[in-house]
Amino acid sequence: MTSASPADARGRTPRRRDSRRGDSIFFNLSRGAGVLLLVVMAAIAGFLTYRSALALGKNEGNFLTTFEWTPDAAKPVFGIAVLTFGTLVSALIAMIIAVPIAVGIALFISHYAPRRIAQPFAYLVDLLAAVPSIVYGLWGVLFLVPHMGGLTSWMDQYLGWTYIFSQSSSGVPPRNLFTVGILLAIMVLPIITAVTREVFRQVPRMHEEAALALGATRWEMIRTAVLPFGRPGIISASMLGLGRALGETIAVATVLSTNSKLTLHLLDPGGGTFAENIALKFNEAQPLGRDALMASGLVLFVITLLVNGAARVIIARRKEYSGAAA
Amino acid sequence: MTAIDTVAAAPQLSRRLTAARLPRWAPAAITVGSIAVGCAVGAVAGLESHLQWGLISALVFLVASYTASATVEGRRQAKDRFATSLVWVAFICAVVPLVSLTFYTVQQGLGAISPEFLSHSMKGVVGTLSPDGGIYHAIIGTIEQVLLATLIAAPIGLLTAVYLVEYGRGRLAKAVTFFVDVMTGIPSVVAGLFILSLWNILLGFEYSGFSGSLALAILMMPVVVRSTEEMLKLVPNELREASYALGVPRWKTILRIVLPTAIGGITTGVMLAVARITGETAPVMMLVFGADFINSDPFNGPQQSLPLYIWQQYSQVNNEFGYSRAWGAALVLIAFVMGLNLIARGIARWRSPKGGR
Repeated sequence: MTSASPADARGRTPRRRDSRRGDSIFFNLSRGAGVLLLVVMAAIAGFLTYRSALALGKNEGNFLTTFEWTPDAAKPVFGIAVLTFGTLVSALIAMIIAVPIAVGIALFISHYAPRRIAQPFAYLVDLLAAVPSIVYGLWGVLFLVPHMGGLTSWMDQYLGWTYIFSQSSSGVPPRNLFTVGILLAIMVLPIITAVTREVFRQVPRMHEEAALALGATRWEMIRTAVLPFGRPGIISASMLGLGRALGETIAVATVLSTNSKLTLHLLDPGGGTFAENIALKFNEAQPLGRDALMASGLVLFVITLLVNGAARVIIARRKEYSGAAA
Repeated sequence: MTAIDTVAAAPQLSRRLTAARLPRWAPAAITVGSIAVGCAVGAVAGLESHLQWGLISALVFLVASYTASATVEGRRQAKDRFATSLVWVAFICAVVPLVSLTFYTVQQGLGAISPEFLSHSMKGVVGTLSPDGGIYHAIIGTIEQVLLATLIAAPIGLLTAVYLVEYGRGRLAKAVTFFVDVMTGIPSVVAGLFILSLWNILLGFEYSGFSGSLALAILMMPVVVRSTEEMLKLVPNELREASYALGVPRWKTILRIVLPTAIGGITTGVMLAVARITGETAPVMMLVFGADFINSDPFNGPQQSLPLYIWQQYSQVNNEFGYSRAWGAALVLIAFVMGLNLIARGIARWRSPKGGR
């Protein structure tokens, strides 16, 4: 493959041999690094699949529909029903809360705020994306959970008729999927905001001014010029955030009080997520338990792969956003 | 004729050219009013959670500003005001938890940090019974693990980015670009599982700081590639062409011209990546295991790290002493990460190539 090196292709003038050798070494080195990345990705998928296959062969229950996670028992039974439910529901709650707010903040930074506030605030939001998730978790369980008590009992009282917002027993600390969803929303907010903001900044100035010149109010201008232009950006930003929310481990593990029950009462403590389950069950797991956890890790890997891949495909359709991806 | 003209013009003159607007102080007044109403309702109904007070205020604000504007200015203006209010509410919704997080961490953390806390390990300290002990071993562990991860990930990431920008054409480059993008989204726990199955189970190595570094490196590589790629793209093509015109071989052009031009941005990218992996808990928890004593050898035996320390103080000690130490460590961790971020952005501003953000 060395002959394919562009350096050789254009080396019309005779050069000193060492420079050409340098070129081919450097080219192969850098290509090797790229290939290594692909190999790592393939290896992750391969190893997880292999270990999962080992575990699934010994599973006495149905992997997809079983609630329990007892792979190290005499009769190993484990399934991902509860984990899938918890992961999807908490991520969904996070998205429902975070996406509109993030779009709002992005609009605030790009179109509403006075310049003096917008710049430092955008900077602050970027910084907050760097706060470690364990700190979010600690804050969530020691600050947010005690402060959520009033809200959850209020929701139980007035929205209890919806079934999903009714609590089976009042007074327990709200370490439930709903609180986890809110915490995840706070965590993914900076990411979604950062990408969306960049997209809103790229809206052609002419479109905005044309709308305003036709007598549109600021909101009508945003609805007719900014939002349609930014829609793919918003979608892909949300999916990036969704990927983050699905894979979040330690913050969920800190806040959620887990069990292997699947309940639609979102305000009841319990449930679990893929990542949280792996992190918590991992240290005391026996070999089969580890393989079982890898099987659930593989499912998580595939889900995040699909979500992220889809987001990237949407971004790639509008190439200019690629720089905004954090 | 003139008489008719004046008669026809008279009603025109009396109509103002601009539509009726709310006075400029109206939004502020509505804000104050709705906060007052929110607090009053909250206090009277005895709602214990201040979150609810805020939510009620926000709702009152939205409704009040819409009705006020609709009666005075008309529906289109009212919608505009409503959207503006919503955006401001979104802004406040974001600020409140973030400020609370920062404030609470600093408040709780400052109480825990002392010279002794920073310079001692947890060796011989019964965590549940005494407030003693510190994070020295965790700081050492974190620094070593992150450094090792950076040593692995930064060169690979850098070379990959060089490949993508300088050489990359065709399907391989496309595949690498796509999978680098996808790789940024790998959950940290999956990276941990992978290293575990490869390094610890298949190759039979023990828990160590280094195996944690391997997982961290996997998380770090795509971030470095992305940011370096962006920076290399910003290097003007004229520089490369000038170098080629002088007969400089390509690899030397890259090493001597392209990389030095973009070095500020590259450093920034690497530092941001370092900041990101410093806070990762899950892979460290699975691979480094955690220790109470000082182990400065990342290749042998369990180590400690700051995120893991916070987690253990919370989940294993799980009382006031543990929480206090956890907050102390959290503050140190945040300060470290934020410091890295600020320095990185400072460098970016100082040495960004032309056209850089």
